[in-house]
Amino acid sequence: MPDKLESMLRSAMPAVDFCSMRYLRSRDEILTVRRNVPEPVQRGDDAGVMVAIRHDGGLGYAATCDLTPSGLAQAVRQAGRFAALTAGKSVVDVSSLAMPAPQGEYVGPEEIPYASVSLGEKFDLLRKTSERLKIDERIVDWETSFWHTAVESLYVTSGGGRVRQQLSYFAPAMSATANRRAETQTRTLGSLRGQCKQGGMEVLQMCQFKRAGQQLAEEALALLQADDCPTGTMPLLLASDQMMLQIHESIGHPLELDRILGDERNYAGTSFVTPDMFGTYRYGSERLNVTFDPTRPEQFASYGWDDEGAAAKKEFIIQNGVLRRGLGSVTSQARLGLPGVACGRACNWNRPPIDRMANLNVEPGEATLAEMIAQVQHGVYMKTNKSWSIDDSRNKFQFGCEYAELIENGKLTKVVKNPNYRGLSATFWRSLRAVGRKETIGVFGTPYCGKGEPNQCIRVGHASPACLFENVDVFGGA
Amino acid sequence: MRDYFYSLADDLAGRCTGPEVLLLGFSGEDSDFVRFNRSLVRQGGAVRQQYLSLELIDGDRHAKEIFTLCGEKTADLAKAEAVLASLREQLPATPADPFLLYAAEVHSTEQIGENCLAPTEDCLAAVLKAGEGKDLVGLFAQGGVYAGFANSLGQRNWFSSHSFHLEWCFFAKNAHNDKAVKTSYAGFEWSPEAFARKVADATEQLAILARPPKTIDPGAYRVYLAPTALAEFVGLLGWGGFSLKSHRTKTTPLLRMIESGATLHESVHLAENTREGLAPNFTSAGFIKPGRVELIRAGRYGECLISPRSAKEFNQPVNAGMEVPTSLDLAAGELSDEKILSTLSEGVYANQLWYLNYSDMPAGRITGMTRFGTFWVEGGKIVAPLNVMRFDETVYNALGTNLVALSHRRDFLPSSETYDQRSVHSSRMPGAVIRDFRFTL
Repeated sequence: MPDKLESMLRSAMPAVDFCSMRYLRSRDEILTVRRNVPEPVQRGDDAGVMVAIRHDGGLGYAATCDLTPSGLAQAVRQAGRFAALTAGKSVVDVSSLAMPAPQGEYVGPEEIPYASVSLGEKFDLLRKTSERLKIDERIVDWETSFWHTAVESLYVTSGGGRVRQQLSYFAPAMSATANRRAETQTRTLGSLRGQCKQGGMEVLQMCQFKRAGQQLAEEALALLQADDCPTGTMPLLLASDQMMLQIHESIGHPLELDRILGDERNYAGTSFVTPDMFGTYRYGSERLNVTFDPTRPEQFASYGWDDEGAAAKKEFIIQNGVLRRGLGSVTSQARLGLPGVACGRACNWNRPPIDRMANLNVEPGEATLAEMIAQVQHGVYMKTNKSWSIDDSRNKFQFGCEYAELIENGKLTKVVKNPNYRGLSATFWRSLRAVGRKETIGVFGTPYCGKGEPNQCIRVGHASPACLFENVDVFGGA
Repeated sequence: MRDYFYSLADDLAGRCTGPEVLLLGFSGEDSDFVRFNRSLVRQGGAVRQQYLSLELIDGDRHAKEIFTLCGEKTADLAKAEAVLASLREQLPATPADPFLLYAAEVHSTEQIGENCLAPTEDCLAAVLKAGEGKDLVGLFAQGGVYAGFANSLGQRNWFSSHSFHLEWCFFAKNAHNDKAVKTSYAGFEWSPEAFARKVADATEQLAILARPPKTIDPGAYRVYLAPTALAEFVGLLGWGGFSLKSHRTKTTPLLRMIESGATLHESVHLAENTREGLAPNFTSAGFIKPGRVELIRAGRYGECLISPRSAKEFNQPVNAGMEVPTSLDLAAGELSDEKILSTLSEGVYANQLWYLNYSDMPAGRITGMTRFGTFWVEGGKIVAPLNVMRFDETVYNALGTNLVALSHRRDFLPSSETYDQRSVHSSRMPGAVIRDFRFTL
């Protein structure tokens, strides 16, 4: 990152109550091999600056990719225009809000730099992995892919804040689709790029990328022959690549303070959680411990500081089943008078920060996977998210998985297809009967969490052990 | 902006050597966004973004990069030349692509929208005024959206549109404070009178939301899906439903239509209507889209959307860019507005559906929620707002055997999505009365 840029940002900074400038550059590469045929390389180089001005009680922003002095000056004028327009009309009293003035640098992990491996070698690896997926004529579509993004950012404030961050995001993907007449089943490597992590080529080792193909293809074929998932109220064991979705939708989103404040009511929705619940509300059974943790370097949404300059810190959100704090940034904390976390995040240089999950994790318990299976007389073990839907207050949910096995008399007995379950967030977590130990933890995430007006699609991470729930409404296909 | 893009294209096309072909794409916007909560401003700002893509083709090898422009010619040209050199360097290591296809015939077009937008300040003042004494939450967005295509063969295409989109809710002050009337006002020229009418209509509906809400048990009910609700239901089918690739790889949610002869109701005629939509009519490979593609004719599967890549892979003609609809058009039925409530008689009147997803994709089964402006109807009259319900129903039931009627009136629904950039997608939808629509939670 050129020093010249920092000097330009500083020079453009106006004399106002508070001004921040956030420069961000993302360089992407997507490589895909589908049906053993390499697809064209997709590369992107996206850079711009977000200027935020708080002045006389008003708050305005302007984003531009014109990084010339005149372009920055124009953005400053625009942000100032909106600060003036909103002064006295803002739902946030920004005049009394002290913004952080952080100092520091954070560089995320990248043990084997992505750029250290040639394009040809990467395609060879993808092609070999792709070839292993085609194990049968009934495998009709199959694909392997890498998506790497190198991000560098600089955040400077009129209060003397300066933070530089450099992150390497890697999201591999793999899928095998099997078909027989009107039946199609797909298995993926942890859902939609769910194996995303921060790091370089070592991420492939973490998710067993080279070895996973054969099993995925075999499981897709097994699903073609399988009976439908049974219908009924029964124990449900969720693998960590479904737990990530369960945490995300029914803990993460309802605990965002901007939803509770009503900002999202026109689009992403509100929350069944109300401010008075923090500190006392029993969200789950006493086995439930949930942490917000942007400090685990390998997780997808780790950082040193959020986009409002708050320092990353691990915090318990739910402890022994009791709701402790919400997912709210410096701004939301001040608006609600509640503690929050460092989660003021923007998806890119062209969007302002709002309350977002980063890494939201379930802490491990004591049970082995075998012990949890042994506890079940008649139930289902579900893996890998396939379908997700939840109401606008994040309560009534219905989720589906790619793959399931029946549990009978304490043993996994047979594969069942089209597994789905539904419930209420407000009661579901109270039926948590067992939490897997460390060995059952999977580290997952998604690059596709949508929220905000204007809309923002952001990266989040979720690490979780397998978990066993009782009395869940489970069902199968049409 | 058009002239700037064409000028860059002229310069860069001249840098091609030998058999090289260069495809250029432009996308940009210059937008104001004001976000509201509790009838005040939450965030307000402006976004200016410009992206140029270069795709260098040499025989059956090609490489592409998209990058931001600053708008200053010398700097942008230098950046583009560096990208071009990098693409040229990559090509030998890039595998040959058997499915590469781009437009070889030159077909230049221009769709230029006039800028009649009112100052953002005026619109902001009008929205704040409308929210006085009420609980208003939403987003106002307006400005220019631009797209361009050029190639070294001489083709030039340009699209510009200057539009606004206000989407807001009035929340009722009831016990749970969770019921709202959602309204959109979108167009190219702000009309204080038209906005006032929208506000008055929404205010009138608020009165109904103040009544005690009703909760229904899971089960099968008659429903009326208003155009905005039906757009959500039909729109989900765009996720793989009309793509040639998903048809040939058996991953389409309409699999039973192509494998088992399943059909929808004979009154269902669905098209990709580019001619009457808001999106550009050219693709990133330089193809011109047909004005209309008939996706479903009289309940039977018609044509697929075919990208250049699928066209080459499956030996079909190109008729789309990405294989997702941008301008869905469902034909009107015969049910008049006056007869909607009496035809529904008793059941659920849903203005909005929310968070739809497939619960059994090969079977075409969809789950989702009711959301804003959903009411319980008895004796052909709206009697109470309805607490949110989850549905889980197949497209073959809802738009097939259980479809009672489609409304005669259709709504034109510009998309309010702003992921990455302001959307130019839209749909034209009637409403639908459906019997035995299954609610599960």
